[in-house]
Amino acid sequence: MDFRLTEDQQALRRGVRDLLEGRFGREALRAAVDSGGALDRDLWRGLGAAGFFALRLPEEAGGVGLGLPEAVLVFEEAGRALLPGPLVATHLAAGSVPGAAEGDVVVTEVAEGLVPWLDAADVVVGDASGAVPVRSVDPLTPLHRVPLPPPAPGGEETSPEAVLLTAAEQVGSAGRTTAEAVSYARRREQFGQVIGGFQAVKHLCAGMLVRTELARAAVRAASLTVDPVEIAGAKLLADEAATANARDCLQVHGGMGFTWEADVHLHLKRAWVRAGLRLPAARAEEAVAAGL
Amino acid sequence: MDLSCTDEEEEFRARLAAWLAATLPGLPPRPDPLDWPARRAYDCGWQRRLYDAGYADVHWDASPTQRLIFLEETELAGAPYVGANFVGLLHAGPTIAAEGTPAQRARWLPPVLRGDEVWCQGFSEPDAGSDLASLRTKAVRDGDAYVVTGQKIWTSHAEVADWCELLVRTDPDAPSRHRGITWLAMPMDAPGVTVRPLRTLAGSTEFAEVFLDEVRVPVENRVGEENDGWRVTMVTLSFERGTAFVGEVVACRRLLGELARAARKNGTWDDAVLRRRLGRLSAEFQALWRIVQANVSEAQATGGVPGAGGSVFKLHYSHARQELYEAAAAVLGPDALDLGRDWTLDRLSSLSYTIAAGTSQIQRNIVAERILGLPKGR
Ligand SMILES: Cc1cc2nc3c(=O)[nH]c(=O)nc-3n(C[C@H](O)[C@H](O)[C@H](O)COP(=O)(O)OP(=O)(O)OC[C@H]3O[C@@H](n4cnc5c(N)ncnc54)[C@H](O)[C@@H]3O)c2cc1C
Repeated sequence: MDFRLTEDQQALRRGVRDLLEGRFGREALRAAVDSGGALDRDLWRGLGAAGFFALRLPEEAGGVGLGLPEAVLVFEEAGRALLPGPLVATHLAAGSVPGAAEGDVVVTEVAEGLVPWLDAADVVVGDASGAVPVRSVDPLTPLHRVPLPPPAPGGEETSPEAVLLTAAEQVGSAGRTTAEAVSYARRREQFGQVIGGFQAVKHLCAGMLVRTELARAAVRAASLTVDPVEIAGAKLLADEAATANARDCLQVHGGMGFTWEADVHLHLKRAWVRAGLRLPAARAEEAVAAGL
Repeated sequence: MDLSCTDEEEEFRARLAAWLAATLPGLPPRPDPLDWPARRAYDCGWQRRLYDAGYADVHWDASPTQRLIFLEETELAGAPYVGANFVGLLHAGPTIAAEGTPAQRARWLPPVLRGDEVWCQGFSEPDAGSDLASLRTKAVRDGDAYVVTGQKIWTSHAEVADWCELLVRTDPDAPSRHRGITWLAMPMDAPGVTVRPLRTLAGSTEFAEVFLDEVRVPVENRVGEENDGWRVTMVTLSFERGTAFVGEVVACRRLLGELARAARKNGTWDDAVLRRRLGRLSAEFQALWRIVQANVSEAQATGGVPGAGGSVFKLHYSHARQELYEAAAAVLGPDALDLGRDWTLDRLSSLSYTIAAGTSQIQRNIVAERILGLPKGR
């Protein structure tokens, strides 16, 4: 047993982080928000070319030939960068929907009565008939609402892989908001000292790290066991980490945190969307309880 | 990232599980939890069985993975808890193994593994709890001995211990208070040692005040250099916070399973709020176990002493475990008020988890300062 990242995995993570910083850094993020949140097809193809969607396809099929543990690392980075778009759905469609692997085709799916990125998508998985647009809380995730079908007996489940990759994005976001809070706490001065020296602030930051680490350990372990109960638990903790950390990050930023200018609201809103789209808390808790 | 075990490790697991299945049914009944002398005898008897069966040295000599397998299997099987041997096996022993001389290791480690000698921890003082470095118990060198005078408090198992890992001040004039401290192994039967048990809120005498009146401790009992005890203490605390509670995470998973069974039986399982609460706790303990595996992997790679990551674990673990007993009370209803139930006593005991081994506030300081790099408070 060695639960640390291998050197290859560390290199992969660094590579993805560098790639995303180059292609979707802070400027690009804010520009995307200002432009009203249209899907950037160039970026999408760039991700495709970098192997983002084909990551788990076998090399014979033109893929990268990596596994779920690596995909989890990559999606963690996507969450950290707040990368927009139906990333999970397109990634899962690679290999079955032509063009998805290359980033030429955008695939979205119906989940929990919502469809993200419906207008931008070329292919929709699930029944989107009767979809009506809603004013999405997240400026970078357009949403449509579809009437929820009555739950089928034995119900069709959200794919565990989709749940896990969404959880990985949440972990990335939780790590990012922790880093942002710590960095602000080391810069901002009040009462003649940096606020990070105040215990009340320090303890908020420590709590953020604990939530992140707990969720990260859960997500990474679940990527190895692929156990549906462990995946449900990981999603639960990752949702909690992403949403609660965004709120604490906002608190550490004071009035600045409540502005459109600070990125923290973007993390909070995306975290809410991810928490709502796949295996929301109540169902995740039930799934874990059923395993007891 | 790899969670799998080698064939050899799986073989160890199977052998241990078989041994536990054969051994546990023959154990004598557990003693009254409030009777510490009886508990010492019971805990040491169990340790002796582990020793005779060849499982005791898993604490210091086995690979970290093997140690985790040991903790997982013994806890899942419901084997006795380390109990009175907590300090000896889980932090005094590891400290001596890491910092002691060969002679010290040969003198003190085997009796702990055999269950012959019990240790306690004399760190806290009435005026030095969270602020441990302000401790005042003094030791003055006199020939081949230190003469120790002062008072310790909250010393768990002092009533039944043979040895004490004792922190003393050897240089009151040191330029920093962290520099004048020394780590000693003190025999509890030395003249001048008086133990006065304190009653806990659970009614137990599990800890005590220890008065030290010119107690002579041989210089050869010093672990590490004179005045270098703070560094040795950090090693002890990193074991205490980093690895000592690891097995109990598994115990919590087992308890949660018991609770779910009890809830299904008495109908409280139909309460969705309670059911979901148990589900959330289950996810948390599972994740805590994964954190343990991550910390152990890290320690294994960097040479053994656990890092500040232990505080991340300890913080969440202590709160989650308290929450477990609150959920248990909701499941048990009126039975939760019956002191005759293990659950009730354990619920009371769990109140100490966020205090002992460094309070949650202190752990948050450690996480913020040592991991996140925020400035030290004044
Ligand atoms: C069941 C039990 C067993 C124990 N066993 C042992 C043992 O075997 N050996 C041993 O040496 N000790 C033992 N202890 C002692 C334990 O380590 C101390 O109780 C603990 O470190 C806290 O110290 P204190 O009790 O003096 O509380 P204090 O330090 O007085 O703390 C009181 C409150 O103030 C808070 N506080 C203090 N300083 C700060 C700060 N800087 N920032 C924010 N908050 C702060 C604390 O978090 C706490 O809430 C045991 C304690 C318990 C409860």
